[in-house]
Amino acid sequence: MTSEIEETPLPGVGVRYSFTASSNAHVSVLHHHSGRHQLFVGDPEDPDASQLVLEFNDEDSRVLAELLGASTVVREIDRLQQSVAGLSIEWLRIPDGTNAAGHTIGELEIRSSTGVTVVAALRGGEALPVPGPEFLIERGDTLVVMGRPEAIRRADALLRG
Amino acid sequence: MDTATLLLELGAVLLVLSVAARAALRAGVSPIPLYLLIGLAFGDGGLYPLFTAESFIEPAAQIGVILLLLMLGLEYSPEELAAGLRAGWRLALADLLANFTPGLLAGLALGWGTAASVVLGGVTYISSSGIAAKLIDDLGWLANRETPLVLSLLVAEDLVMAVYLPVLGALLVGGTALAIAGSVVIALVAAGFALFVAFRYGERISRAVASPSREGLLLGVLGITLVVAGLAERLHISAAVGAFLVGIALSGPVQHRIHGLLQPLRDLFAASFFVLFGLAIDPRDIPPVLLVAVALALVTAATKTATVWWGAARAGIGRRGRRRAASVLIARGEFSIVIAEIGVVTGIEHRLGALATAYVLLLAVAGPLATRYAALARRSTAPAP
Repeated sequence: MTSEIEETPLPGVGVRYSFTASSNAHVSVLHHHSGRHQLFVGDPEDPDASQLVLEFNDEDSRVLAELLGASTVVREIDRLQQSVAGLSIEWLRIPDGTNAAGHTIGELEIRSSTGVTVVAALRGGEALPVPGPEFLIERGDTLVVMGRPEAIRRADALLRG
Repeated sequence: MDTATLLLELGAVLLVLSVAARAALRAGVSPIPLYLLIGLAFGDGGLYPLFTAESFIEPAAQIGVILLLLMLGLEYSPEELAAGLRAGWRLALADLLANFTPGLLAGLALGWGTAASVVLGGVTYISSSGIAAKLIDDLGWLANRETPLVLSLLVAEDLVMAVYLPVLGALLVGGTALAIAGSVVIALVAAGFALFVAFRYGERISRAVASPSREGLLLGVLGITLVVAGLAERLHISAAVGAFLVGIALSGPVQHRIHGLLQPLRDLFAASFFVLFGLAIDPRDIPPVLLVAVALALVTAATKTATVWWGAARAGIGRRGRRRAASVLIARGEFSIVIAEIGVVTGIEHRLGALATAYVLLLAVAGPLATRYAALARRSTAPAP
């Protein structure tokens, strides 16, 4: 059973996701627009306060997700699709003549600027699961992205723009 | 002009600013009051008047104001602006009434004109989003329940600026009542148009501006901003307003990239702006207005606290959360100085600069201190384990 995930936009900062863990701790993950990620746990003495536990970057969050058991793309997609309503997955092909080709995922700041996560890259019939920020996008690639519909629209605009 | 003297003076000023910024970071306070003090020390009647370096600092300061307001506009996307306002318009209105009025009344009581009093109202109204955001981040309060409320109030203040700045610009141009009304209408239409463009075409504009080339994006955005700021100045709506509207209109994916690219530039030029603001003020003008500044700081710290306390209580936030939220917003900083400067350059009131400086010096220091105290109070009120 998955507990409900609450999404709170923090204007000028980023987006915060929080849920109550089975141990009753209030856990929040904050994605900054700047690309930082922070993990908070609720303060047991003050219901309104949370304490910063960990600050990490894109690479760390991938490792962390891996360690916590989300090791394959399929399982990740499956789990998230079932637990978060309104999340969708889209296959975005990088067309010829787009600005995105020749840049890495990190340079384009896909996650922080659009809100989608690139869950896989398809190139020449091969699939690379969870490409990191250093992944160099080439024309003809297909990126499998996951996120809310509006985030996917933004990613589409960014990759085709 | 003697190049060697210019470089020596400028380098010395930058070094002094750097020492101030480091000290501010160590002490956990905003560097803005220190920059102002440095300006005061180097200006007319100060310790060491600078003559040559002003030839750089003056244009740099103009760009500084433009960058400060461009970044203020860039801070939030149109969706965030709309959501913030929907969520908290009651609190935003209370904030405006409670914190604009003391400044306005103080100006009128001092016998200042309407325009100068409206400037002072703006100075006392707007919290320092720079100081507030930094405090919340530094103290690890981003996941707290009161934080969305604080941030949406900053968003609302940002939106109020979109109306206030053009109206102020029109008031300062002056003329007959009819002419003022005319310029106010033009200014509001321009602001409304910019907001409309941002909401409707933000994505398209961003795509047009976007470039994978860092230089291309940076120079393009700076170019557009300076051109619009220049046009606004030509139309007597103040360059700052033009830059702010450009910031609002730019949204979507490029918004955050531009933000990152401009930050170091903003830091350099905004520091020049604060120094120049201090340079233009004779330190001997401050003692006569100090009492008024202290009174105004006390009153508006109290009104800001009361408004935020009320809003947070309505949102069901506990006493400690209310104290944190209120203390974070007490500080006035960069935008109070920007507003004051818009009034000072028109020469409407000679005490305006000195009063605004003293007022911001007080609250930019007292606000973060109150916040640190609220953070400490957490421990002392916690029950023993």
